[in-house]
Amino acid sequence: MKRLVWLALSLVLALPLFLSLPGCSQQEEKTEAPPTQPKPEVSAKASAKEIQAGFIYVGPVGDAGWTYAHDQGRQEMEKLDYVKPSTFIESVPEGAESARVISGLVRKGSNLVFTTSFGYMDATLEVAESFKDVVFMHCSGYKSSENVGNYFGRMYEPRYLSGIVAGSMTQKGVIGYVAAFPIPEVIRGINAFTLGVRSVNPKTEVRVVWTQTWFDPGIERDAADSLLDVGADVLAMHQDAPATLQAAEARGAYVIGYNSDMRSFAPNAFLTAPVWNWGTLYTQIAEQVSNGTWKSESIWYGMQQELVQLAPLSAKVPADVQALVADKTAAIKAGTLHPFAGPLKDQAGTIKVAAGSVPSDGDLLGMNYFVEGVQGTIPQ
Amino acid sequence: MKLVAEKRQTSSKLFRFSAPLISILVALFVAGFLLLAAGVSPLQAYLEIIKEALGSTYGLSETLVKTTPLIFASLGVSLAFRMQIWNIGAEGQIYMGACGATAVALFSGLENHVMMITAMFLAAFLCGGAWAGVAGILRARWRVNEVIVTLLMNYIAILAVDYLIYGPWKDPKGFNFPLTAQFSDAARLTEYFNTRLHSGFFLALVCALVLYLFMERTVWGYEIKVIGSNPKAAQYAGMRTGLAIFAVLFLSGAIAGIAGFSEVAGLQHRLQHGISPGYGYTAIIIAWLAKRSALGVVIVSFLMGVLLVGGDSLQLSWQLPVAFVYAFQGLILFFLLASEFFIQNRVRLVRGTSHD
Repeated sequence: MKRLVWLALSLVLALPLFLSLPGCSQQEEKTEAPPTQPKPEVSAKASAKEIQAGFIYVGPVGDAGWTYAHDQGRQEMEKLDYVKPSTFIESVPEGAESARVISGLVRKGSNLVFTTSFGYMDATLEVAESFKDVVFMHCSGYKSSENVGNYFGRMYEPRYLSGIVAGSMTQKGVIGYVAAFPIPEVIRGINAFTLGVRSVNPKTEVRVVWTQTWFDPGIERDAADSLLDVGADVLAMHQDAPATLQAAEARGAYVIGYNSDMRSFAPNAFLTAPVWNWGTLYTQIAEQVSNGTWKSESIWYGMQQELVQLAPLSAKVPADVQALVADKTAAIKAGTLHPFAGPLKDQAGTIKVAAGSVPSDGDLLGMNYFVEGVQGTIPQ
Repeated sequence: MKLVAEKRQTSSKLFRFSAPLISILVALFVAGFLLLAAGVSPLQAYLEIIKEALGSTYGLSETLVKTTPLIFASLGVSLAFRMQIWNIGAEGQIYMGACGATAVALFSGLENHVMMITAMFLAAFLCGGAWAGVAGILRARWRVNEVIVTLLMNYIAILAVDYLIYGPWKDPKGFNFPLTAQFSDAARLTEYFNTRLHSGFFLALVCALVLYLFMERTVWGYEIKVIGSNPKAAQYAGMRTGLAIFAVLFLSGAIAGIAGFSEVAGLQHRLQHGISPGYGYTAIIIAWLAKRSALGVVIVSFLMGVLLVGGDSLQLSWQLPVAFVYAFQGLILFFLLASEFFIQNRVRLVRGTSHD
């Protein structure tokens, strides 16, 4: 009821503006007409709203992985001159606990808040309900509202490419994959990787071990070691810490990183890594919020928009493989190659995607089966 | 010249009761150096913590929200500690309590608010109690060390919850993410003052009062204290220590289980991973600081709530790492244990090498 009164009141107050200044509003529309062209710096400065951004991280910024990559994006965004130094809070537990922290950021003056883990979804929406003039961006979820948008990247694209590299480099035909949680995002990555592997090496198996944690270097290391013990000579992973890389380095295997370019952790073992490049997106969102063009949407960018990338390949990868990866990269960017294009079979051999078609985004977002070639089970 | 520690004949009552306060102060003092090293003025930081946690209706309400599960868990733990039974498993008992309450919320089909909440409460009470009861039976019948059993059962409880949320209890509309569906309104505790403060907090206060009366005014409470201080004498006096051990562990787990109920019904409104970020372990520190008294538990839980909620401001204002709050908690426990040593022993300098 209260909200209705306010709405009516603000409409009444706003009415004279439209009535008395018709010329002005027309002019404004004109200047906004070509939105695709970047505005000159000077005019942007004049009209720009100052951005005070806040970030909630699930791990420590020193994790070298997921949170580190987001923090790089934050720093990239801060290069805009109307973005004031931003605040971040690390190692925030997922769930209702996070609502207090998100709310704290807003109370300290943030007008743009990024919540960078799935488990913050409901808390983000809950807090956003009480701060309608603040823009919230939630990473990797599926809910949104008037002032909450969500965003994520098509990590399966560079994962597929990293699979091509792994499939080309394995000698034994056994590849290990250290995976965090059996949720669609991780399953999608394993599948794309496996499809990449088998596109160059159809007999190879990808063995999956679940750790049930995003960040726990000890457990990740144990999982990686167990895969090396059963004969894997290339490892890949979906974790936030570089422990898998260190395990591969110690045992003389090859490894595919994730999140950020982790080659310094495994100079000999490192082949490449599908990586996040949040800076471009964060900069774009800060611009939109600043000039008032932001609206709630679900962003799912891929390699074309350069939100996700493949880190430069190690010199150990032979030239023909390098060339193949370059070709496929171009094809994905051009939209002519879709990693999940049919025919696509699951582990039991059932056709999941018919020949000649590609799965919808909805199917991809809810992916809950392993493709042929994955050795492992999804807990049901 | 060397340092020797010798047992005190009598320990100072004044020192014994002021020890928790002194250890907190010493911890604050030492943590001050950490803050200085990070380039933050300790005084300013401590004021900011207090301001954040108590300086506004919102801050205070959040502190009380945080205090609620700590009170339940610490009451449970301290009850067992009274009898020299070391229940380290409050964390798991919270999870099992949450599990029981969730089962009722999701599958009972009750629509009446009072009936639903009562049923959830009882389910949490029984589940938490049964979980700790296992350790109780093992200890009472076969003298299996309850520290190990309760501790290890924490991991089983957390994994059992994971199994449920990844499997049978997963929200069918949740895109396969590991969460149960959100509870219906009937299964949610009342919230007050347009904040997240819920009736679980008042239940915790009632629970503390009941437990205080139980310990101080009933025969059972008296028996627990006697068995705790001298089990042989208790047995000689005809007390059934085996039954008491089981009963105390059951009750201890049941009260911790209520924390799980209060968290899912009052705050989370669903079951998910990480329902308790270590409340069960913090409860052990609280029970020690509170000298195992029910009313002390309420006060110390509140102080811990201030520290946890206010600790966020250290990150918000100065970008101090979250590890600082953990380090501070560790320091408190460290100095508390040290003070126990000084209560029991006298340390002095001795000239020359004496008789050894």
